[in-house]
Amino acid sequence: MPKALSHLKRLEAESIHIMREVAATFSKPVMLYSIGKDSSVLLHLALKAFYPAKPPFPFLHVDTTWKFREMIAFRDRMAAELGFDLLVHVNEEGVRDGINPFDHGSNIHTHVMKTVALRQALDKYGFDAAFGGARRDEEKSRAKERIFSFRNAGHAWDPKNQRPEMWKIYNTRVAKDESIRVFPLSNWTELDIWQYILQEKIPIVPLYFAQRRPVVSRDGMLILVDDERMKLLPGEMVEERMVRFRTLGCYPLTGAIESNASTLEEIVAEMLISRTSERQGRLIDRDEAGSMEKKKREGYF
Amino acid sequence: MFNVDDSALAETEAPGIRSYLAGQENKTLLRFLTCGSVDDGKSTLIGRLLFDTKLIFEDQLAALEQDSRRHGTNGEDIDLALLVDGLEAEREQGITIDVAYRFFATAKRKFIVADTPGHEQYTRNMATGASTADLAVVLVDARQGILPQTRRHSIIASLLGIRHIVLAVNKIDLVDFDADVFERIAAEYRSFVADLGFRTVVPIPMSARHGDNVTRGSDNTPWYSGPSLLEHLEVVDNEAAPGPRPFRFPVQYVNRPNHEFRGFAGTVASGAIGIGDEVVVAKSGRRTRVKRIVTYDGDLERACEGQAVTLVLQDEVEVSRGNMLVAADARPAVADQFAANVVWFGEQALLPGRMYLLRTETDEVSATVSHLKHRVNIGNFAREAAKSLELNEVGVCNFSLQAPIAFDPFEENRTTGSFILIDRLTNATVGAGMILHPLRRAANIHWQALDVSKASRAAMKHQKPAVLWFTGLSGSGKSTIANLLEKKLHAAGRHTYILDGDNVRHGLNRDLGFTEEDRVENIRRVAEVARLMADAGLIVFVSFISPFRAERRMARDLMEDGEFVEVFVDTPFEECAKRDPKGLYARALRGEIKNFTGVDSPYEPPEKADIHLRTLGRAPEDIADEVEEWLRERGYC
Repeated sequence: MPKALSHLKRLEAESIHIMREVAATFSKPVMLYSIGKDSSVLLHLALKAFYPAKPPFPFLHVDTTWKFREMIAFRDRMAAELGFDLLVHVNEEGVRDGINPFDHGSNIHTHVMKTVALRQALDKYGFDAAFGGARRDEEKSRAKERIFSFRNAGHAWDPKNQRPEMWKIYNTRVAKDESIRVFPLSNWTELDIWQYILQEKIPIVPLYFAQRRPVVSRDGMLILVDDERMKLLPGEMVEERMVRFRTLGCYPLTGAIESNASTLEEIVAEMLISRTSERQGRLIDRDEAGSMEKKKREGYF
Repeated sequence: MFNVDDSALAETEAPGIRSYLAGQENKTLLRFLTCGSVDDGKSTLIGRLLFDTKLIFEDQLAALEQDSRRHGTNGEDIDLALLVDGLEAEREQGITIDVAYRFFATAKRKFIVADTPGHEQYTRNMATGASTADLAVVLVDARQGILPQTRRHSIIASLLGIRHIVLAVNKIDLVDFDADVFERIAAEYRSFVADLGFRTVVPIPMSARHGDNVTRGSDNTPWYSGPSLLEHLEVVDNEAAPGPRPFRFPVQYVNRPNHEFRGFAGTVASGAIGIGDEVVVAKSGRRTRVKRIVTYDGDLERACEGQAVTLVLQDEVEVSRGNMLVAADARPAVADQFAANVVWFGEQALLPGRMYLLRTETDEVSATVSHLKHRVNIGNFAREAAKSLELNEVGVCNFSLQAPIAFDPFEENRTTGSFILIDRLTNATVGAGMILHPLRRAANIHWQALDVSKASRAAMKHQKPAVLWFTGLSGSGKSTIANLLEKKLHAAGRHTYILDGDNVRHGLNRDLGFTEEDRVENIRRVAEVARLMADAGLIVFVSFISPFRAERRMARDLMEDGEFVEVFVDTPFEECAKRDPKGLYARALRGEIKNFTGVDSPYEPPEKADIHLRTLGRAPEDIADEVEEWLRERGYC
């Protein structure tokens, strides 16, 4: 028996501990499943935490209807293979109003199809705790958030008035309609996530691996032409390029990077010499300084 | 995160990555925080560490330059503090409000650093960062020297079990790199922390803004021969555990997917356990052995501290969340009374007698402070007598719990010796506690089992015991209604008693005044007396202003389910002041009586009283009839 746990074992144990706390103390938890690499790790940890039982909560995907097609295929395959209880929620009002990232911009699209949709889903099912895959190293306002992050009855985060969070003693008490967002990956870094995926052989969406894909260069980002809804602007043209994605979201809002990394090892090697952060590929963070905090205060994850 | 030489890595091929990652895996982790007074440069120091260890990405640097022009406090230079002050309010005000966690690594070690706020107002957030840290970097502005917050943070770090301190004498450039200034501050600090139990205290002269002695030594301080901050952080020994510790396994969750499997899920808090080892269920003392150590990756032979596993036991013993599986030959304390250090975060003061929820890692129980032994004066560490603990104060308290919990002294085990206190009404986390030792009383006083029961006493009287708790403003009519009601019940042959606020203050509670602390104790005693009377089979009327929800809740919790009836005598303040049967309102409004409910002391009306009596325009007899009818319908009389 080694004297101390290895780094990933330590992180794994912490995340499992957090998940069990939630299962033991909340009446109706749910795990947000966004199909990305962090969600894949979260799902894997949930399988571990409750083994030999299945995770005692459903998984919820908030579908903006603009996710990459490969993500949806992957989601359905994982749900079928692992047999977990998958709920999919779409903001039907947003669909009816034709909200989309091209015409309405990332701000409105994200607000209506993600933030509002998430609030709808949480209210509909009455969940009192929701797991998310956010990490503190992703973004400055996330670095400030508690592992058990309190939300009022309107799902809002009050960053100036967070509950103290001492040791591993989590205050899980909420009044009616209030809830807690729980972030078991708070202390993981991007490198930890990749290293864990490599070590545990966790399946991830193929979009993370480099491949020749049809892309358009727009606003300094390479946007994948994922379906016929992507209209070309004057002067734009579709090119086949060797690209992959560092993060996944709505395809019109997620920039690809040029890369030849087609194995996990190559992805890690590429990441180690990268001079930009992973969120750079996310259009929604760039709208204005402090935009993530604003979204979170409105109920975004 | 990582810190690597770019050129070396550019060459790295995939096979090299595996060995690089293996090296990452075996690095030790040091968790530390930066603390100290406001404007001593904590956030700037972390920004400097991240910047100098090449952890700032290009897009983040571009954003930083943009931010520095908008919010920066360094003129034309980039403001490194903006790398960590991530909340809008923080950037606007140029201060840190809440703790930020950042991650970085060197070739030798991984680090999680908590950047904590300096303002006294946000002490709870500093404590949050300190609770999981092994080391504290206490910053001092070389021009200012040691300030009250330097002391407060040092005490809190010590209480929370931190044993390693770096005293960063920052802004040394602003005192012309003067060795004497550094030596003076270091000597003063050493002498005042002498009794705080730190194993190492390492003073370093520093300029976070310019980088002197942060990641490498500085030519500006030739008189300083010690390590730079980063050099010290890389080698400080935080693992020096004093030998093997006894096995502790707080049970989090009982895993029962089917009838064949019953496992106890949790994280090993200390020690290790192997298959076949004997364990004891802490609260019941039942012995059994470990049959399996289950994980998703296969059963283990042994599990050690920090591992999250599921234990299957050989015998069907009763264990639920909150209990603990422990080494048979070294058991924790199991008690309902203990002494503890407390750091208070609540906006409302901690009051002896008020009931809180006490939560350990997996257990939760109602608790009161039975005695506030002393408060610690932050300035000189003197122990002072106190009747309450205010926001951000530190003290030693005796606790009395409604049920026993299993624990160790905090000094021996940070995991099984700590707890938080939760306000029962708002669910806010209002305090943190570090257990010192169990109190002997709990071990020696056992409940005396008696043969004649409450039920048999009540049956002889042909009634159901009840406590009718009349609450409302002075002059609202509580005593009048209670008196009429007792006459009715008495005439009907019921056995009753009235506990009246004014009357009780002439005897049992004659030693109590009208401060918030004394009001809480007043109610506690009366609630206990009412409980004894209900136990004797009586129907008890308590006529007490009892202005605070928390105390009425405490009284309710003391009684059996259905026994406590909260009666809200709802008469508007204006009406009470007009009636003023004892002339008290007139005197209070003239300022002759202090702490008078409704005038200069608050009344918290019940949110959901069992009986809500709106008295305006109604005859007291009518109201008494209504209560009697309510009792009759429910079989009390």
